Amino acid sequence: MEKEQRPHIVRYQTYVYVLIALLLMTFTSVAVTHINLGPYTVSTALILAAIKSTLVLLIFMHLKFDKKFYGYMVASVFLLFFCVITITFLDYLYR
Amino acid sequence: MNNHVHIDEHRDDEGAKTGMWIFIFTEILLFGGLFIVYSVYRYLNPLAFHLAAHELSTFIGTLNTVILLVSSMTIAMSITAIQYKNKKLTLILMGITLLLAFIFLVNKYFEWSGKISHGIYPGSEILQEASRGEILFFGLYYAMTGLHALHIIIGMAFIGYVMRMVAKNEVRHDNFILLENSGLYWHLVDLIWIFLFPLFYLIT
Repeated sequence: MEKEQRPHIVRYQTYVYVLIALLLMTFTSVAVTHINLGPYTVSTALILAAIKSTLVLLIFMHLKFDKKFYGYMVASVFLLFFCVITITFLDYLYR
Repeated sequence: MNNHVHIDEHRDDEGAKTGMWIFIFTEILLFGGLFIVYSVYRYLNPLAFHLAAHELSTFIGTLNTVILLVSSMTIAMSITAIQYKNKKLTLILMGITLLLAFIFLVNKYFEWSGKISHGIYPGSEILQEASRGEILFFGLYYAMTGLHALHIIIGMAFIGYVMRMVAKNEVRHDNFILLENSGLYWHLVDLIWIFLFPLFYLIT
C-alpha cells in the first residue's frame, strides 16, 4: 500500500525516447520491405513488431514500474498465445 | 490494509488495474485468434496474399502507425502530468490523443472508401471473380481493421469520459486509476496496430 501512495513517476523524456525508438523501428520495417530479403522479410517485420510491443508494454503500460505480478500475468498470456499458434501450425504443417 | 494511510473513500486501485489487465487479456486473445486465422490462410495462399496486399497503400498505413504511436505517448504523458498536479497539461495531452485518434479514423475512412470505390469490398463483383486467397485477404482486412477501428472509437469514448472526470476534479493526482486504465486500453489499441501494420501493409 505504501507503494501506492508514492507511485513511480515516469519522466516526460523517457516517453519521448521510447517514441523515437518506436518510430525508428517503424521506418526500418518499412525500409526493409523495399529491400528483397526473401523469406526473411516477414520474420524481420515480426521481430521488429515484437520489440516495439515489448517497449510499449514495459514503458507506456508501466509494466517495468508496476508490481512484478502484472508482468508475469502478461507473459503467461503471451505464452498461451504462442502455444496455441505453435499447435495450430504443427497441425497444418504435418497433416 | 490501508488503515495507516488517510483515505476517505473505499477504493481498490490495485483491484481496478488487475481487472483492466484481465479485460485486456481477453482482447489480446480475441485479436490473437484472428491473427492465427490470418497466418494459416497466408500460409495456404502466399501468392494471393502477396498480390492483394499491393492494393493497400503503405503510405497511409505508415502514417496511421505514426499517429497511433504519438497518441500512445501523449496519453502516457498525461499520467505523468496528473501526478505532477498539472491539470491543464493533463487535459491538453488527453485532447491531443483524442485529436490524433480522430485523424486516424479520418485516414481509415478515406482508405476504406477508396477500396470500396474500386469495387473491393466483401461480396463485390470484382472480388467474386478473384481467387479464394484474395477474397480471404480482403475479408480479413475489413474484419480486422474494422474491429480495430471499433476499438479506437470505444477508446475515444473512454478517454473523453475520463477527460470530463479530470475537468470536474474527480480524477486527481492522488486518484488517477481511471486515467491509468483508459491509458492501458489505448496502449492495447496501439499494440494491436503494431502487428496489423506489418501483416497487412508490408507484404512484399
